[in-house]
Amino acid sequence: MSTIHAKETNRNRIKIPLGERIFYAADSVLLILICVIILIPLIHVVAGSFSDGNKYMAHVGLLFWPLDFNLDAYRAVMQNHNIWTGYLNTLFIVVVGTTLNIIFSLVAAYVLSRRAYMLKRFFNLLVVFSMYFSGGMIPFFLVVRGVGLYNSIWSLILPALINVFNLVIVRTAMEGVPDSLEESAELDGAGHLTILFRIITPLIKPTVAVICLYYAVAHWNSWFNAMLFIKKRSMYPLQMILREIIILNDLAASSTGDEAFFMSETIKFATIIVATVPILCVYPFIQKYFVKGIMVGAVKG
Amino acid sequence: MSTKASAAPRAVKPPLGRRIRRDFRKNWKLYLLFVPILVYFIIFKYAPMFGLSISFLDYRPARGIAGSRFVGLQHFRSFFSDPYFFRLLRNTITISLCTLIFSFPSAILLAIMINELQSRRLSRTVQTISYIPHFISTVVICGIIRQLVGRTGGITMLLSTLFGMEPTNMLLEPGYFIPIYIGTDIWQSIGWNSIVYLSALTSIDQELYEAARVDGANKWNQLVHVTIPCLVPTIIIMFILKVGKMFDVGYEKIMLLYNPLTYETADVINTYVYRRGMEQQQWSYSTAVGLFNSVVCFSLVFFTNYITRRANGNSLW
Repeated sequence: MSTIHAKETNRNRIKIPLGERIFYAADSVLLILICVIILIPLIHVVAGSFSDGNKYMAHVGLLFWPLDFNLDAYRAVMQNHNIWTGYLNTLFIVVVGTTLNIIFSLVAAYVLSRRAYMLKRFFNLLVVFSMYFSGGMIPFFLVVRGVGLYNSIWSLILPALINVFNLVIVRTAMEGVPDSLEESAELDGAGHLTILFRIITPLIKPTVAVICLYYAVAHWNSWFNAMLFIKKRSMYPLQMILREIIILNDLAASSTGDEAFFMSETIKFATIIVATVPILCVYPFIQKYFVKGIMVGAVKG
Repeated sequence: MSTKASAAPRAVKPPLGRRIRRDFRKNWKLYLLFVPILVYFIIFKYAPMFGLSISFLDYRPARGIAGSRFVGLQHFRSFFSDPYFFRLLRNTITISLCTLIFSFPSAILLAIMINELQSRRLSRTVQTISYIPHFISTVVICGIIRQLVGRTGGITMLLSTLFGMEPTNMLLEPGYFIPIYIGTDIWQSIGWNSIVYLSALTSIDQELYEAARVDGANKWNQLVHVTIPCLVPTIIIMFILKVGKMFDVGYEKIMLLYNPLTYETADVINTYVYRRGMEQQQWSYSTAVGLFNSVVCFSLVFFTNYITRRANGNSLW
């Protein structure tokens, strides 16, 4: 299932010297320790979300186990309709956005990877240059507002239609497909779209899966563009609602005293869990493709 | 037109006009396919670049670009004499240098350690666990950080028992901001960033190790003389990419963590652009600041790329 395996070295060796045995043991112990450190904050959140609100407030330090296990926090989250509208908005963005992302990236990568045509170099330059230089936040905002996307959910989909890094990953994968396949399809009279979607895409399925995940995760987790472009609360994606609950609420609480802070601590944790678990559930399935995707993008970037 | 110029023929061959016509007749469907892509890039990537021109204007949205007064370099001059200029520059550089010094090597180290593991199952588990934080959104990560370093948070308590630090809300103290930022950055990215090195490591020819062992090299010698040299090309590429992003420090994360009390150490160029532009609507001034940032970024990529190519032939282009 997983990605890279430790090489099966040393199989034919008879005995491992003591020094090396200590080295391997120390290595394993250290790595396990690192994993524990990585997991501790997450365990704290999970344990906190199942804890009793008042008990949690009285508790000091890290949690490894729920205090007085109960589901009150989750019940409160279920009743918060803001979270559900946020969820629906985010689902819409993820589904529609990722679909469009994939279609546009495939088409763009197909054209960029085609054999000689006059503007090939120019198109590639145009695309790659935008990776290294950008107009920055303010002109971007003004342009998106200028084309009438302000306060529209499409402002979170259309400006993010193509991620050049992902595009380069797909382009490189397509360059690996033998030309002869395309040529014979052309001889059979297949058009560009047939070649792209019937012949090339099935061959680079792992790459498509990886960028699909990248795009979907990016949509799921993004909040900054929503902060720039969405003012109506009914259109807030999940992350903006989360920001209100876990960040702004906290800011308000620390400036006005601990009252509001008091009741919502475990609820914040439950909200985090509800908002994060779906994306974490997807990733083990695509994990085996990561290496490929990342390698290509990094080397050919 | 620049389009034609860049595609100009190298050899003599038939006249340009005819070649263009022939190319178009043969490939017009391909070009048609690219039209939506081109439109996307023009509107959302190149129009903002054109929009950078407002940094030379006294831009008023009501009057538009054409109707706004040209002020030349005035905004740049006032940015360079801005009382916050040095603070922004210092914070931006400090934070990105710290990620370069701490986060960047940590991923390499993790990859080497995972690669040395003898148990496949453990290797797989370590990888799976260390990737998890990468999939958690910035908002959630910052929410968790806020919890852990608050006055009674887990990390605050840990530090106060270990080092006798007085428990306070660490996010209100300027001195703690960068350590918090960097520490959590390592936590978030170490696993994900190690993937690239891991896959470079697995492609090292095992015979190199055999040969080293025959020559009497111990584990440490093998690490220094085989593993690290084989990793260097990958490290250099990642380093260039990282330096190119130096002035693009994670402002989304900073914006969720900082507050006026910690501006002293936390405010970077991009967060300043946001405040001056989006909150105070000083479009031209903030665009000028952003342009300064973009130009520095771009030159950094070029510069590192040039240096590393001269030094040992590894480069992006």
